[in-house]
Amino acid sequence: MTSIPLIGEAVAVAAEPRLAGAKIGVVTFPGTLDDRDAARAVRLAGATAVPLWHADSELGDVDAVIIPGGFSYGDYLRAGAISRFAPLMSKIIDAANSEAKLPVLGICNGFQILTESHLLPGSMIKNDHLKFICRDQTLRVENANTAWTVDYTDGQEIIVPLKNQDGQYIADEKTLDALEAEGRVVFRYVGFNPNGSRRDIAGISNAAGNVVGLMPHPEHAVETGFGPESLDGAPRDTDGLGFFTSVLTKIVGGDK
Amino acid sequence: MTTETTKKFNIDTVEHAAKTPDTELPWAELGLKQNEFDEIVKVLGRRPTGAELAMYSVMWSEHCSYKSSKNHLRQFGEKVTEEMKKDMLVGIGENAGVTNLGDGWAVTFKIESHNSPSFVEPYQGAATGIGGIVRDIISMGARPVAVMDPLRFGAIDHPDTARVMHGAVAGIGGYGNCLGLPNIGGEMVFDSVYQGNPLVNALAVGVMRHEDIRLANASGKGNKVVLFGARTGGDGIGGASVLASESFDDTKPSKRPAVQVGDPFAEKVLIECCLELFKGSLVEGIQDLGAAGISCATSELASNGDGGMEVELTSVLLRDPTLTPGEILMSESQERMMAVVTPENIAAFEAVMDKWAVEYSWLGEVTDTGRLIITWEGEVIVDVDPRTVAHDGPVYDRPFARPEWQDSVQANSFTGSVEDAGRPSAPTELAAAVTELVASPNMCSKAWITKQYDRYVGGNTAMAFPDDAGVVRVDEETGLGVALATDANGRYTYLEPYQGAQLALAEAYRNVATSGAIPMAVSDCLNFGSPEDPDVMWQLAEAIRGLSDACMELGIPVTGGNVSLYNQTGTTPIHPSPVVAVLGKLDDVARRTPSGWREDGQAIYLLGTTAAELDGSEWSNLRGHLGGLPPKVDLAAERALGEILINASRDGMVDAAHDLSEGGLAAALVESSLRYGVGARIALEELMERDGVDLFTALFSETQARAIVSVPRSEEVRFKDMCTARGFAHLRIGVVDAAGGKLEINGVDELSLDALREAHEATLPKYFG
Repeated sequence: MTSIPLIGEAVAVAAEPRLAGAKIGVVTFPGTLDDRDAARAVRLAGATAVPLWHADSELGDVDAVIIPGGFSYGDYLRAGAISRFAPLMSKIIDAANSEAKLPVLGICNGFQILTESHLLPGSMIKNDHLKFICRDQTLRVENANTAWTVDYTDGQEIIVPLKNQDGQYIADEKTLDALEAEGRVVFRYVGFNPNGSRRDIAGISNAAGNVVGLMPHPEHAVETGFGPESLDGAPRDTDGLGFFTSVLTKIVGGDK
Repeated sequence: MTTETTKKFNIDTVEHAAKTPDTELPWAELGLKQNEFDEIVKVLGRRPTGAELAMYSVMWSEHCSYKSSKNHLRQFGEKVTEEMKKDMLVGIGENAGVTNLGDGWAVTFKIESHNSPSFVEPYQGAATGIGGIVRDIISMGARPVAVMDPLRFGAIDHPDTARVMHGAVAGIGGYGNCLGLPNIGGEMVFDSVYQGNPLVNALAVGVMRHEDIRLANASGKGNKVVLFGARTGGDGIGGASVLASESFDDTKPSKRPAVQVGDPFAEKVLIECCLELFKGSLVEGIQDLGAAGISCATSELASNGDGGMEVELTSVLLRDPTLTPGEILMSESQERMMAVVTPENIAAFEAVMDKWAVEYSWLGEVTDTGRLIITWEGEVIVDVDPRTVAHDGPVYDRPFARPEWQDSVQANSFTGSVEDAGRPSAPTELAAAVTELVASPNMCSKAWITKQYDRYVGGNTAMAFPDDAGVVRVDEETGLGVALATDANGRYTYLEPYQGAQLALAEAYRNVATSGAIPMAVSDCLNFGSPEDPDVMWQLAEAIRGLSDACMELGIPVTGGNVSLYNQTGTTPIHPSPVVAVLGKLDDVARRTPSGWREDGQAIYLLGTTAAELDGSEWSNLRGHLGGLPPKVDLAAERALGEILINASRDGMVDAAHDLSEGGLAAALVESSLRYGVGARIALEELMERDGVDLFTALFSETQARAIVSVPRSEEVRFKDMCTARGFAHLRIGVVDAAGGKLEINGVDELSLDALREAHEATLPKYFG
């Protein structure tokens, strides 16, 4: 067998010693697509990515968990509806709600799984234009105090790729008002609402701020040359890295 | 004697067939000709059983056997130098060819057609086209890393075009996005010749370490044969024989049941599952199930191995329990693989299946009899030499002749024709012409399509549409990567097939070099009309001859591909459309060259010279003219241009490069400006003087072996010296202008980038919503 990993193979690689101790789990379900990208983002942020399998019954000693994007179980039922019942999910739900408040980030399909799991309110339905859409999307960081956004500033605009079929965030008015009032709208679409989401909401958090879900893909904006372009061509390809350094800031404790 | 079973059909055993030589068999309905049926009887020494007939009929179909093209395709294997073989690890004949990338890496890629199914049922046809080509890549042992989709539809304003376009694009997106494979490029052409026969081609590329290369063969007596993935159903029965190897006409019933239905989730799981099998070295041989399903997989695995194979067909897991043995053998249900596993590895194999919740069933084992034997509840229903099914099909030397109409078509040049009346010359007319060109169906922005595809997944996409080539990183440590481009021009090929095919190769080669990559290998998808028409057969023969000659001259081998015939509506064939994919290598994808300029003040150079070549051009297409001779092919110039572009990329001498092809310089200037919304000031007087052409010709001619580049001031001397040293024509035609927001060309009214962008991007949404 080869010692060099296949392209995109999910492997744990230790990075900077000071941060390498931080272990971030990346969950793979059948049909998950962006798990390798999420693991790469974790490594580029300096931590160790730990592959987690949906059918595992133990979470291990990870310091945070990322539920990446994809089409788990093909999205043939409602997106995320089957994955929510994976053995590992009940562990993640417990850990997120526990005293320790395990940081959990759900990206795209991961966000859908988090709403299905009731870790986050609301739901995603088909884009209002009924097509899959892939574009470089501008977002405004509305709350830079969550576990996954402390390295940004309130009001900061970032560009990250967006790609989904079922990305229209909906919730009842009462829930939306509560989210706004409690500062739990973490990201909003700027300039263009790509899917008809209520109040331009791109991402939200739970009340404690340790669980964050969003439709756009910060893990695709972590490496020069492989991320989005701004309209004027200026490189904006690493705007998403802040998600992954933020959680390290939280875990390692302030001084990175 | 027939055997009654619990099923609702009679089993036609080999024993029974031998005793009932005169039984009427439906060979004609299965697409076989009298002489082919007679040949089967001769090979077997008796009449075939129903199951054997099913197998031969699909495997001897045009789609699977290449019976009309085989004699010509040989040239791809013959016109090859030792130098061209140097990096070829696996050549034509396997599921896909494999090319050495260095550092222990290998790359495999292939392009295939799924034309007829995509007309009948666009969504599923296009989706399963992606699925099929991806399984070809997996069966080589590779991880698929990207897909591309060259598409050709009928007239943009024809009511049926929207049906096909919406379905095909949604199908490619729906399937490809769900597999986690970035879509990095393709083509989009509208022409009424494709109205009743769109071309939906699909390319997939995969990478692997050398030691992971897998081949489709069943060796080692006693090794077990396993079928895994989706269950076998009634979809796609006869897809290869009936659908892809015959012309449509209105007298037959709907062929919808012959189109397969895709399940991308099952395919995604199958990919991961296979890669885990490869990693653990758990399979001896592996074959995907595509056209001709189990017939193909069993006969190819057995004939490529060193012995025979024995398979019990009732062990196949079914979606529909009423399927007959013949139907099971012919079914083209998607997302299935067949593998050969040693007895020691059975437990480990099953553990991988269980982990991914993939269904599997053990069908039989490898024998040393040299026969492929298929039983039904123990009774022998197939007993054949597998080679006679898989490789020794009929081969036809179809008659071909240069069409009578070819001379008159070639004599009808655009210049001076009725359609050429009122050729734009005043500054306002030229500005309107440029805008009309870039808003036209074939030259407009493809963003309506590409934004429905995920180009990011995997995190290794270094370049994608609308740049000249798609670029994917292979090795994250070193930045080693591959570039891919596909091209074809049915209009050029209609005018002159030998040259037309070479022009397709030249353009794909140029596109890859423009990105900075070194072209290494070719895969082709030859889309033509009926081979039974001598005119079409001549087009095919000439195209293959032209392509193989050009590959030899450019020094890059064909490593695989596909022939798609009978692409016609009634008796009217499509334009001959050889789609050529070229794969190149970049030592570090960070050095890739994008197609748009960004830096104010950089010099813009035009490489190559311009002749008055408007026949077959997009401009003549806009004026409704098709005649004359296509642009001249100059492969030595293409090679020289390629070397300049590759060196310039490697040494950081250019920041942007864009090839000139359809739409000529006008299209290239607009595209390079719109890429990043940065304009330019252009003066073509010196070019017109040097090459003896007027401004219209300078802008719209489609002379080959040309590209534009933007050069940083600091590199200008070095760049010019390199071009001079190589004796390649180069001319400074302008400068990048970041502030103006416009494209200024001397003698052409000012073109604002906003207006150009609006014109460029409005066309597809206008027709397709």
